[in-house]
Amino acid sequence: MIGDVFSWLSDPTHWQSTNFDTGIWGQLGAHLRYSAIALVIALVIALPLGLWIGHTNKATWIVSAANAIRALPSVGLLVLLVVIIAPHFYGRTDTGYVIPTEIVLVLLAIPSILSNTVAGVQNVDRAVRDAAYGMGMTGPQVLFRVETPNALPLIFSGFRSATLQVIATATIASYVTLGGLGRFIYDGLAQQDYPQMISGGLLVAALALILDLLLALLQRYTVSRGITGRTRRSDRAGHSDEAPDPRSAVLTEDLAPEAA
Amino acid sequence: MIRFDQATKRYPDGTVAVDELDLEAPSGKITVLVGPSGCGKTTSLRMINRMIEPTSGTIWLDDTDTASMPAHELRRQIGYVIQHAGLFPHRTIVDNIATVPFLIGTDKRQARARAMELLERVGLDPAFAKRYPGQLSGGQQQRVGVARALAADPPVMLMDEPFSAVDPVVRDQLQDEFLRLQDELGKTIVFVTHDIDEAIKLGDQVAVLRVGGRLAQLAPPAELLSRPVDAFVAGFVGRDRGYRALGFTSAGTIVTRDEPTVTMGESLPGSDGSWLLAVDPSGAPQGWLHLADEPHGGVVEDRMLYRGGTLATQGGTLRGALDACLSSPSGRGIVVDDSGRLIGSTTAREVLALIEGLPDAAEVGA
Repeated sequence: MIGDVFSWLSDPTHWQSTNFDTGIWGQLGAHLRYSAIALVIALVIALPLGLWIGHTNKATWIVSAANAIRALPSVGLLVLLVVIIAPHFYGRTDTGYVIPTEIVLVLLAIPSILSNTVAGVQNVDRAVRDAAYGMGMTGPQVLFRVETPNALPLIFSGFRSATLQVIATATIASYVTLGGLGRFIYDGLAQQDYPQMISGGLLVAALALILDLLLALLQRYTVSRGITGRTRRSDRAGHSDEAPDPRSAVLTEDLAPEAA
Repeated sequence: MIRFDQATKRYPDGTVAVDELDLEAPSGKITVLVGPSGCGKTTSLRMINRMIEPTSGTIWLDDTDTASMPAHELRRQIGYVIQHAGLFPHRTIVDNIATVPFLIGTDKRQARARAMELLERVGLDPAFAKRYPGQLSGGQQQRVGVARALAADPPVMLMDEPFSAVDPVVRDQLQDEFLRLQDELGKTIVFVTHDIDEAIKLGDQVAVLRVGGRLAQLAPPAELLSRPVDAFVAGFVGRDRGYRALGFTSAGTIVTRDEPTVTMGESLPGSDGSWLLAVDPSGAPQGWLHLADEPHGGVVEDRMLYRGGTLATQGGTLRGALDACLSSPSGRGIVVDDSGRLIGSTTAREVLALIEGLPDAAEVGA
């Protein structure tokens, strides 16, 4: 079986598209396109909203509501939306199927981005926020110069888990006649061509891992070293300055200040 | 100068944190607000830079009503140091210090150069500049917090229990350096603490607040110790008032006797006394040797020393002189010069004679 999967994947004809069939490259492109559109829309909605909720502490019910949406079954919702939306589009277009798919994926991505963004901003140390206002920063300055940079690790982890979920779930686009890597899974299942089906699954998993790796790299170069703790080893021995001199027990009253 | 004029903070649930406070913090001086928890000292402080808005009353910064400008502009003119420093974890130390200059649009290079100066001024190695707050100890972070508050050279500084989260040895050191810094800079400082010893050590004047946000007494530290206005203040100021008051009186020039010494690393001389003072090659006292315990002719080592004795500085306070005598295992108090070198020894009896010979015992420290 493993050998069959390997030979399916290594067959160059499966990668290139023909007049009758879309190859792996083509479906990979479609898969990425559906996922990217959904992630961008989700980010545009959830990130500003999350920053605002975290900063103002207002309307926190939205976070609970968004988390409740996670309970919706994706395939069921997709079918329902197709039934409602698809009849409004006629002719040689797949828009009637793309819109429901994107809605499902966006709803899937929003909760993790939103709740992580809110948590990230709210978790900023109170003393840090207090100092930021006390130094004379305005509300937006506190949000963008202090709270957001400190919330970045959590925002990234929310976006990364949203990406994993969207990439994995974008396979259901194929359930409603669209392309994407799900095509191989559904077609393989229908034709009892298990090497094709398993290959589809492997491709989705590989894509998800590669994207997560890329995002991890991006995170590494965006988040301040002061937050990640990735600091050069030579800098770490920074605690010597106040190690009390063993003699200072004698020199308490009047001499110690000169030490500096 | 900062002046509270009938400043009141009343919360919607009816709690009064600060009640019609009238108080003036004179320019160039340290005014300490002290009191038990719930006395409104932090609220009063935070009303100055409007981190908390007063419900009624006015707070004046020189001739300006603090309510007359946007809060963030007011705050940029006032240095602010808080308990846990509150450094920005994502910024390097130098950029933390330059926070306010960056905000008011100072040229970046110039702001960083000034930040480097301040880093040294608060006693930190310039090598710290490129590090992040997470790499520093609590005491070091607090120094950076002070440097950050000084960065735009504000005439006024607010300090909210800045030294209470560090260990006692470091706290003592930070307090001493803070006083030295204030000698050079002469800022108008309002300082909040719950520690009466800190209040007395640092304050040019001390305001004791009682629960409910009322001012109980405003006085220079020596007067607070010698003449608390009522039982609350007396109780809060605490025990050892007489002894602590000696900390405000100069001992003048203490008459000393020469003290025989032995230098570290040399062999023990034969000596008839039971205690012998060990010094380092520069003449700085290291501790006492109990001759009865040590083999004759042995080499003087660190582990032999009794380090219980404090040192009095010539020209220091009576408290320092008396404590040096009382804490010394030999009963002889060691007196050193400003650079820490031995001058000689004195005894508790002689210091007491100095105390009893003060012109008027009732005016100790006044």
